[in-house]
Amino acid sequence: MDTQAMDAKMGAGGSAKPFEGEGIIRVDNLNLYAGKTHILKNVNIEIPKNKLTVILGPSGCGKTTLLKCMNRLTDLTPDIKVSGNIYIRDQHTGELPVFGAKTDIVALRRKMGLLSQRPFPLPMNIYNNIAYGLKLRGKYTRAELNDLVEYYLRQVNLWEEVKDRLRSPAVRLSIGQQQRLCLARGLAVNPDIILADEPTSALDPVSSEAIEKQFAALSKDFTLVMVTHVLRQARRIADYVIFMYLGEVIEMRPAQEFFEDPREEQTKKYLSGAFN
Amino acid sequence: MEQRSLAEVRALVKSHEKPARTGRKLGEEIFFRSLMNIASVLIVGVMGVILVSIFYKGISTFSWSMLTEDMGSGFYLNRGGGIKNAIVGSLYLSLSATLLALVVGLACALCMNVYMVKFPKLLNTARFLLDLIWGVPSIIYGAFGFSLMVFFGVKTSLLAGIITVALFILPIMIRAIDEVMKTVPTGLSESVLSMGSTRSELSYKVYVRQCFPGIVTAVLLAFGRAVGDAASVLYVTGENSKTPTSLLDNATTLPVAIYNQINSPYAATQDKAYASAFVLTLIILLISLLSRYISKRYQKYRIY
Repeated sequence: MDTQAMDAKMGAGGSAKPFEGEGIIRVDNLNLYAGKTHILKNVNIEIPKNKLTVILGPSGCGKTTLLKCMNRLTDLTPDIKVSGNIYIRDQHTGELPVFGAKTDIVALRRKMGLLSQRPFPLPMNIYNNIAYGLKLRGKYTRAELNDLVEYYLRQVNLWEEVKDRLRSPAVRLSIGQQQRLCLARGLAVNPDIILADEPTSALDPVSSEAIEKQFAALSKDFTLVMVTHVLRQARRIADYVIFMYLGEVIEMRPAQEFFEDPREEQTKKYLSGAFN
Repeated sequence: MEQRSLAEVRALVKSHEKPARTGRKLGEEIFFRSLMNIASVLIVGVMGVILVSIFYKGISTFSWSMLTEDMGSGFYLNRGGGIKNAIVGSLYLSLSATLLALVVGLACALCMNVYMVKFPKLLNTARFLLDLIWGVPSIIYGAFGFSLMVFFGVKTSLLAGIITVALFILPIMIRAIDEVMKTVPTGLSESVLSMGSTRSELSYKVYVRQCFPGIVTAVLLAFGRAVGDAASVLYVTGENSKTPTSLLDNATTLPVAIYNQINSPYAATQDKAYASAFVLTLIILLISLLSRYISKRYQKYRIY
């Protein structure tokens, strides 16, 4: 899409659709009210497949809410009203509406893993934390299960650290290890999309780096959507950036363009650290 | 507010500062601390006196034959016999009632915390009403059970007692489990749901595990009320001087037996009431120890 067309759209609707046609998640005119507060305002975005998209913005701008809409975690919160819709594209079934009377929420959520701000391991031992997700989707023999648990733990570089204590409670791990365990647990459900809500904000710098590296590696095979308010982190790992401010999508572009040549006034201000 | 410099503000706060722990302040602290100490000593002391007197008086009239013999026809008239029927009756009644209340109460607490999260007003009303019926005296439940029995034309039986006691401990069970389940972090529910679990998987695989120690406490609380209550079963289980063999038999429970022993005109029988109370206390003690042991084994998996 050329810049002029995009500018025209931005002027009219306040947001743009630069990835039209190749996105895996399409947010269509989404509005969300919590009580009387208008939290998401006319959000129109498309998230590209097998890329790492970062939703960036200051605290309280609706980033997390947008993320939670994608797998309907908003269902847990009372007094929420939504208009518009989100569609998940699938080669076989076409577009699956997220908000729809007939939507199978469980099937929808299996397409997406979620990594939350703080790790929430299951109240079980380390082994079962991974096996739980596998067992949700099918029956495995003991040997298969052992292999898969090892594979997923290796994938997040946790295997060497925990292989001797797979039967000890997951809470005994450090926070950074727990977060990696949660990532492995999410991967074990075999999703296409991984949603991450400031996954490094509770972690120490070393663990943060480990998670970032894993994200960069995973973005070859998975679609990652990560919420963050840390500018430097977005700079380091993002393929695409969606910038939100006060519930609106201000700008969304490939990361390099976004950081080198921001178009909107608010983006420029944010990038120069004017508000946080 | 006018602009002040840090030094000015600090000087202002300093000028208002009271001396620490001198004069009235110190007196207040000593006064309230001694009040607290007295209260603690009183509570522990009273508990100790009760336990010691039950133990002391009970052990002197206790004999093993009390545990192995039924009351027979003349127990309250000091003609021998034991309280085996009352012990067994009490255990049957309270264990079954606790189990029944657990099955219903756990489902109810899970429903409130997993399924009803979208309706906070309804939830608050439910909690309020449950707290309200928690405080209803057990004799009311007894009368309610009795009037139901009259309505259906059923005779007094162990089964009627189980149902009445289950109703009576249900609000305790629900609210005690509910209070623990309220502490489950939303993030855990979100994480589990976003793995593609159904809400029932969330309930039975995660909530129950996470709240297991709390559920054990709730069961213990409910069991304690069930086993110690005389009023609710007074009308509905009838009396039975033999060990009940079927759900439709009448049954005597320990608290009712104690009540009758104290009312007996014979001093020796009255003294045996302490032995019965001693047995009742022992049962509760054993159940507490057992449940503590069980809950400890699962405590370590709890997150946060």
